[in-house]
Amino acid sequence: MKATLWGTRGSLASPGPDTVRYGGNTSCVSIHGEEGSLLILDAGTGMRCLGQDLPKDLLRVDILLTQLHMDHIQGLPFFAPLRRTGVEVHLYGPASTMLSLRSRLMRYLSPPLFPVSIRELPGKLHFHELPSGTVQIGEFSVKAQLIIHPNPTVGYRVETEHASLTYIPDHEPALGSFSFPRSKEWTSGFDLAAGSDVLIHDSQYTAEEYKDRVGFGHSSLEQALGFARLAEVKQLITFHHDPGHSDDMIDRMMAETIGELRPGYQVTPGMEGLEIVVED
Amino acid sequence: MSQQEIEVILSRHLAEHLAMPIFIVDPQGNMLYYNEPAEEILGMRYQDTGSMPASEWSTAFQPSEQDGTPIRPEELPLMLAMMKRHPAHRRFWIRGLDDAQRQIELTAFPLIGQADRFVGAMAIFWEIPE
Ligand SMILES: [Zn+2]
Repeated sequence: MKATLWGTRGSLASPGPDTVRYGGNTSCVSIHGEEGSLLILDAGTGMRCLGQDLPKDLLRVDILLTQLHMDHIQGLPFFAPLRRTGVEVHLYGPASTMLSLRSRLMRYLSPPLFPVSIRELPGKLHFHELPSGTVQIGEFSVKAQLIIHPNPTVGYRVETEHASLTYIPDHEPALGSFSFPRSKEWTSGFDLAAGSDVLIHDSQYTAEEYKDRVGFGHSSLEQALGFARLAEVKQLITFHHDPGHSDDMIDRMMAETIGELRPGYQVTPGMEGLEIVVED
Repeated sequence: MSQQEIEVILSRHLAEHLAMPIFIVDPQGNMLYYNEPAEEILGMRYQDTGSMPASEWSTAFQPSEQDGTPIRPEELPLMLAMMKRHPAHRRFWIRGLDDAQRQIELTAFPLIGQADRFVGAMAIFWEIPE
């Protein structure tokens, strides 16, 4: 499978001269399978460019939302296939106690927050609430699991016969732990990420910044590296960069933290436009 | 061993930070975790015992009424919270593994996660001073 990063920024779109390399668009990743299946992970602002890149005759799109925070859904109404008649769109997202996935999305996709409501989109929408075990989507086997982040949030593990990719863009597994990482049994997200060929993971803060942002739902780069080591992944892609971090600052964070921790697996800076071929 | 449910992990984190005794079980009633304040009342250390099957802990502390009548495992609040999935409360006596007899009051409640997932139960308890 091939994964492409269309948006890597966390929390808020941050375009500008200082974020050109890592990118200013928020979370969106596409996964193309060898047999032609397509999956989209999150619908941040990066989704607009992805929509323009997809073939015009696309009949079906499967979009996996990790949560409903703005930076993960804002691109949805700007996604070209949703505005075409006859396109079947399957939206997956975490279940919540009181409101359905559709109703929660409606809060954004309706006036006054947005001029067009879900009902008016020409694409045919189907909603699927998770977690519900493993779902087969085309050639992909997809597992969702709740992870530590404010409000119901899931991470995804996407597998084919030959490869596995885990996507946990917003994750604070260190929350409440006196030391991190602790044992596999007591670490949020472990089952999803265990042994993945590729892990795309939250690495929003520096270790110093994390101290003032405990409970915000994110990880420091150091914690992301610790989590990747515990889960014994082959490659870590850093993701959900802080809107206040310039390209140069993220470069420095990467160099310092990797130099200090010397991970025994590959660490790749998650930059907008990056294409990753995931194989066993 | 695979990872615990997220609500159970968060419950343990909470228990580790609280100064009141807490005990957490999985959906089958197996004890997964108890915190330091609970160690004092139960007369054992989590570091030493690790997790414990339901059949073991539900009788190990010899729960009984004031007059010494034993309480059956299925009548214990934690077991009720687990089986009936509603909160339960009771005052009773236990014998810690340190052999000390203590009167405790215990409130247990089920842990029900998003999408109606039953992931275990939790008990908060305290010793009633004589
Ligand atoms: Zn986010």
